[in-house]
Amino acid sequence: MTQPPSIDTAIDQEARFQAIVDGEEKIEPSDWMPDGYRKTLIRQIAQHAHSEVIGMQPEANWISRAPTLRRKAILMAKVQDEAGHGLYLYSAAETLGITRHEMVDLLHKGRHKYSSIFNYPTLSWADMGAIGWLVDGAAITNQVMLTRCSYGPYARAMVRICREESFHQRQGYEILLALCSGTSEQRAMAQDALDRWWWPSLMMFGPNDAESTHSAQSMAWKIKRVSNDDLRQQFVDMTVPQADFLGLTIPDPNLRWNPERDHYDFGEIAWDEFWSVVKGDGPLNRERLEHKVHAWEGNSWVREAAIAHDAKKRKGVAA
Amino acid sequence: MSYDVPHIAGEVFETTSEGASGYPMWEVFVRQRRGLSHVHSGSLHAPDAESALQAARDVYTRRQEGISIWVVPSSAISAFDPEAAADYYDASAKPYRHATHYQIPDEVGQM
Repeated sequence: MTQPPSIDTAIDQEARFQAIVDGEEKIEPSDWMPDGYRKTLIRQIAQHAHSEVIGMQPEANWISRAPTLRRKAILMAKVQDEAGHGLYLYSAAETLGITRHEMVDLLHKGRHKYSSIFNYPTLSWADMGAIGWLVDGAAITNQVMLTRCSYGPYARAMVRICREESFHQRQGYEILLALCSGTSEQRAMAQDALDRWWWPSLMMFGPNDAESTHSAQSMAWKIKRVSNDDLRQQFVDMTVPQADFLGLTIPDPNLRWNPERDHYDFGEIAWDEFWSVVKGDGPLNRERLEHKVHAWEGNSWVREAAIAHDAKKRKGVAA
Repeated sequence: MSYDVPHIAGEVFETTSEGASGYPMWEVFVRQRRGLSHVHSGSLHAPDAESALQAARDVYTRRQEGISIWVVPSSAISAFDPEAAADYYDASAKPYRHATHYQIPDEVGQM
């Protein structure tokens, strides 16, 4: 017997939801969830999916110019993984009641965003190393946290992505190891890549905790488990010794070990640049989106033909 | 990555887009190896079953995760209404369905 909904129902539902979250259990698509939780997740997962897809562009830029066949095969496998990761994430977002077509359409109309890091250009082969090492390194720091996210489909997508992503960072570091044990020109190329990618990589963790207005709610919902600044610190502590091993210099005069904190201190991020790229004025914001829309529109005849082919086959069966 | 883009003051996030439509959705089930069941891996969009199988191979078995794939139109799957689910599978009042419910003397041996 279904009882008519009482005033208590909404409060009960909210309490039951929070109890599941607090009990470290997962929320699944068919469970009741607060509107804010649903919307926050759609926003975050859609942006994550868009980032994986747009993120193919800076690396695809070097596939045809990879220095060896092995490096070329690796880069193609990596770019293919990013496409797959985008698809896992669109699927996870779709369990929340938005379609992939809607998300893609909103991205193309400039109403959905993707990570700012992909609005920077890849100018040399060493950038393939720096992206794998730093950008994927920052990504893994964040994604390992997200495997414990309270929303089941997102957490499961993250487990799969993290498992596949472990090679992405290693192949990048290996590229830089090769360059750093090469000629002085090659070492200079590696240093130049680090100089350009270091700060944008730190920006990937988002604003300082004090400025991060939506973080507290996301933490209470266990969508986010570790704060922006803590993740950034974790990344810096992990990466500095790796730069030392390469013999490269991190472009931050304020970077030094602080034995009292047991962490590295580092300089202030250029927040003006950060916000200007977020708002659409980074080096390549326009080009990245144009390229994406161009590819989508250029392939529209393939999608139409596939639908027509299916319709024709069904007609044949019916007759 | 934190592909989570920070909120800009006054930002309105949209979750619907008029007129956006595309391929139907398929659920993908993968058999990891002989002797195991097909297990749900995820979903994807494709115009027909054949393309869905090809896409499933590319998306869900890039590292030899499976030797057999099923695809099923998502619209063909029926599920419990989660509110009513408890009426169907609450079997906690029937402990006598479990072997451990019965006391057998040790002398009888393994049973």
